[in-house]
Parts: sequence; C-alpha cells; structure tokens
Amino acid sequence: MENFEPVIVAFCCHYCAYTAADMAGSQRLCYPPNVKIVRVPCSGKVDAIHIMKALEKGADAVYVAGCLEGDCHFKNGNIDAAKRVAYIKKLLDEIGIGGERVEMILMSAGMGERFAQTAADMTEKIRKLGPNPAKSTSMDMASNNL
Amino acid sequence: MITAERKPMEELIECLRPYHRILLVGCNECVTVCSAGGRKEVGILSSALQMAFMKEGKTLEVKEMTLERQCDPEYIEELVNQIDQVEAVMSMACGCGVQEIARRFKAKPVFPAVNTEFMGASERPGVWAERCQGCGDCVLGLTGGVCPIARCSKRLLNGPCGGSTNGKCEVDPDIECAWQLIWDRLKALGLEERYEENIAAKDWRTSRGGGPRKIIREDLVK
Repeated sequence: MENFEPVIVAFCCHYCAYTAADMAGSQRLCYPPNVKIVRVPCSGKVDAIHIMKALEKGADAVYVAGCLEGDCHFKNGNIDAAKRVAYIKKLLDEIGIGGERVEMILMSAGMGERFAQTAADMTEKIRKLGPNPAKSTSMDMASNNL
Repeated sequence: MITAERKPMEELIECLRPYHRILLVGCNECVTVCSAGGRKEVGILSSALQMAFMKEGKTLEVKEMTLERQCDPEYIEELVNQIDQVEAVMSMACGCGVQEIARRFKAKPVFPAVNTEFMGASERPGVWAERCQGCGDCVLGLTGGVCPIARCSKRLLNGPCGGSTNGKCEVDPDIECAWQLIWDRLKALGLEERYEENIAAKDWRTSRGGGPRKIIREDLVK
C-alpha cells in the first residue's frame, strides 16, 4: 500500500483539457505520470461503458475533462458527460467500488495550471483512497496462484 | 414501448452469487429504446457485475449477447450455442423475454435483470410515462386521444373527480389530471358535446379480468 501508485485514466476533450495538458507542458509544469490521457473529440463522446471498462481493466480512477460550461464546441457535450459521470458514480457506490473514483472536471484550453493541479489532486486523492478494490483482489488472487 | 428499469445491483449480485459463468442477454427492442436492457446496458451491467465479484475475490465470467427480440422463439434459438457453456442466464429484456428463455431452456436458471414497468411513451429524453394499460377495448376515440384508463389514477371513464385541481391529480401534483387533458383536447377539437355523453361501464373481461389473454390470427397460424 505504501508503494501504491495509482493508475488514473483521464478522458480529455481535444478542444480544452487536451490542449490544457499541452499548455502545461509548454509552461514546464510538472504533473504526476500516473495520469494516462485519452484524447477524445468531445467529453460528450465518453460513454458510461468507457469509464466502466477502464475501471474493470485495472484503472484506480477515471476522470473526464471537458470544456467550461457554455464553451463546448458541440454545444452541450460537457453537460451530457457530467450527467453520465454522475450516473456511473451512483453505480460504483452501489457495487462498493466507490463513486469518488470517478470525477468530471471542467477547464479551458488555456488552463495549463489547472490541468496540472487536477492531475496532482486526483493522484493524491486516489493514493489516500487506495487501489481499486476490484483490481486489488483480482491481482492478489493472481499473485496467490503463482 | 414496454418500459423497464434495472433492478438494484444488490439484488442482482445476490441471485448470481452461486454461479461462476453466466450469459447476460439484452434485447434490441423496447428495453433498448428505454435504455434499460440494450447492448449498451448489457456492457455496463456486465462490467459492474464483474467488478462487484472481483471485489469479493470471485471471478464471474459473463458472456454478453443482445438478441433482436427476446419475445420471439426464432431469436431465442440464437442462444443454443452459448447456453451449455454457462450455469445461468440473466435477461435484461422485459418479463416476456425472460419467460421465453425460461420456456426454451428448461434446465437453465434464468433471472430478470430489470423490473418491467409499463407501456409508455418518451416525454423527453430520459423520461418515459405510462400511456396504455392494454385493457383490450380501446376508448381513445371517445376521449380525444387521451387514455382515462392508463392516465387517470382512478381509471374513471367519466371524470374528472373532485381531486382534480388546476389540471393536476390529487394523488401527486406531478401527475396531470387525465380528464383535464381530455377536456382540453375535446375543446381544441370542437367536440365539447362529446364530454357530455356518459361512457358506459367497461367490460373488464377484455382486460386482465378474463385471465391471461391470447390473440389467435387464424390466417397466420401454422
């Protein structure tokens, strides 16, 4: 547990969070390498199944990063994404994985600092929370079998 | 469409506890439209079930399949090759689909993943409302296209009752008074005089009063 390094999947909208990540790089801002970015054309493209599969396949947390309210290139993809994230949070609470492992984050393309800070905050939060209970058990089982 | 809602995860996990390999079957018809048991929901539930059991240190193997229709035996046959590889089946279709699987595969336990609710229509994305109770003797032609059986809390054939206030039902202020809707519609159609006619007491034998129903079309029977 002390050496636990969370794997966090961040679905980042091409028009904001992905560009903000780029901005963070240009600004030479450090953020934890735990965050694995998946670029999407709009946060509204991220479906509930993508979030569930990421967690099922071993991610400790997932966040969806979309544009600020009113700034979505596709009108309201970010609002739709936020609703899906809320739905998945409830489902994860129901199965005891914990809804706090999934978040919706809003930012603009210029917010490099916010991107880096979000990545750091999320990594720290999940470090405290511990590994995804589904993953840790299956991995324990795998190591027991060896 | 027939509407449905997923059962609580706790209930689903409990009934699958004795099994290690299951078939999770969705349906491409009504439950897909009401986002309860289509291909997408099958994927999400499969993922959730696997994670729930992984958390307990148990592996649940879930085979996913979504049939065109679970209420037709032709499509149920598509499960033949899969059924022997699993210990149980969980169906995300309405009650008709669950029963068709149970009828075809008598030795296999079948569990419903959804609660089948009502025959309804989409009011707006994500909202479905009851519109028909399948009473077997439609009165919509008399009531301006608004069903007093499905939409009036008391199923009154001559309404409204005293519980109608500002167009809302006394049962719940979110429920629209069906008889207010009927009156508004008849007025819009210029058919106010129809409202004055009493509708005769209904013969409920065409509904569930006559027991389980069956339709037989002689020209189609084989």
